[in-house]
Amino acid sequence: MTSIIEIKHLSYRYDKDTVLENINLSIAEGSFLAIVGPNGSGKSTLLKLILGLLKLQKGEIHLFGQEIRRFKDWQRIGYVSQKANSFNTDFPATVFEVVASGLTKRIGMFNRFTKEHEARVLDALEAVDMAQFKNRNIGELSGGQQQRVFIARALVSEPQVLILDEPTVGVDAENVNAFYQMLDYLNKSKGITLMLVTHDIGTISDKVSHVACLNKRLHFHGDSKEFEQLRMEDMSNAYGHDVQLLTHHHEYGGR
Amino acid sequence: MIQGLFHYEFLQNAFLTGILIGIIAPLLGVFIVVRRLSLIADALSHVTLTGIAASLLLERSVAPLTGLNPIYMGMVFSVGGSLFIEKLREVYKSYQELAIPIIMSGGIGLGVIFISLANGFNTDLFSYLFGSVSAVSRTDLYVILAISIVVIMIIRLLYKELFILSFDEEYAKASGIAAKSIHFIFIVMVALVIAASMRIVGVLLVSSLMTLPVAASIRIAKGFKQTIFYSILFGEISVLGGLIISYYADFAPGGTIVMLAVLILVITILIRKMMAKNYSLKEEMSGERS
Repeated sequence: MTSIIEIKHLSYRYDKDTVLENINLSIAEGSFLAIVGPNGSGKSTLLKLILGLLKLQKGEIHLFGQEIRRFKDWQRIGYVSQKANSFNTDFPATVFEVVASGLTKRIGMFNRFTKEHEARVLDALEAVDMAQFKNRNIGELSGGQQQRVFIARALVSEPQVLILDEPTVGVDAENVNAFYQMLDYLNKSKGITLMLVTHDIGTISDKVSHVACLNKRLHFHGDSKEFEQLRMEDMSNAYGHDVQLLTHHHEYGGR
Repeated sequence: MIQGLFHYEFLQNAFLTGILIGIIAPLLGVFIVVRRLSLIADALSHVTLTGIAASLLLERSVAPLTGLNPIYMGMVFSVGGSLFIEKLREVYKSYQELAIPIIMSGGIGLGVIFISLANGFNTDLFSYLFGSVSAVSRTDLYVILAISIVVIMIIRLLYKELFILSFDEEYAKASGIAAKSIHFIFIVMVALVIAASMRIVGVLLVSSLMTLPVAASIRIAKGFKQTIFYSILFGEISVLGGLIISYYADFAPGGTIVMLAVLILVITILIRKMMAKNYSLKEEMSGERS
């Protein structure tokens, strides 16, 4: 398997605070990686570096085999920001219009929206199972449904990787499972490589193929099944104190 | 009145100008309101007045300038003011709304000085404050027609970009859209449309044509395109209805237009309330709760 994102010896600091230290991480095509870590562990910084929103200080990032500073093909990477949850909910736009706006750059300035673009929008809505809501105003939907719409907006330009920042924030507990099922579908049936960042370690390992635990340094990176076995020790390292974990299967007590 | 329309040029001018303004003011207004910039229209209209006062003053003191349409100077000031607002918004990043009162008071202050230098208010200036149907000249009409064509074309061409910038500025920037240039074009258009509209509704009421129809529209519209459609529809009803009523009842046209817009707004709020009530009743009856 080829790796889509390759990170080598990556460090990053804001003024004197080192937030990332010697990160080595590779994301293989078709995988579903969860980066977990507590608040302030450098998760968002790592995402911003991968997306080119922050400048590289030390180390290397390769995207699709190309050095990030020379990488131009940003349409291959879809991004759903955490901020998607905090837009103006009274904004008078339909779900269709919001998803169509994901094509703005691709269509290009002065060019107009065509039937072919419309078909793409419907496909993207279909993929996140939101096609029946296409004529609803975005503000009428629940948090989870809105999040799906924003994923569709990222999907509409047909990226090969989708990067999601805390996608389940604002999704009510009972819909989180359905949400992961949808991500699973995108990953397995549509072949989209997924990478998500979350502080929600409780439920993640049986939903994804790989896990990386981050707290300044990478404490674990590997198969999610391995992670399941190791996670007690590693988690306490990452969080710096004893933790109590709850999963669907068992209840772990704190050590 | 229909007969009057054929006979009197000033009535034709007023109606045709009204129709144009009824389209472009709410059209731009939609983008202004959803971006929460409603007060910019107010600030710029006051700056436009400063320009008009400056023009009237120049007309008095510099002989060759007599007969220069004050609307041009109004536009120059309005566009200048819009650029200042943009600059100030960069200076006060976390107090972006501060730019509006700064420009507004600066504009009024300067305007008052110009007015006093020109020996106080005259009827001409008064007509700019509250709008005047009889003051609309053929030249005004042609200037406003040109502005309308340009504005409609630009909105058609940049619709996608303006939409995404209004909905999610950060995403727009992240996906590589030329946010700054587009915003610049937009704010200049706003300045021009304000200067164009004040002939009919006047400085004090011009922002209402950009905001009230939109405020009514977002209560009932589905989606952005429909919001634009209803905004223009309500704008047209207000302008044309207002002109007709004011003609017969001898009301001030600017005020009549705005009060019609307020009436439409109240009606849409009530309609929305009724719709919501019906909806919850239906839900209760079918035993569904969301």
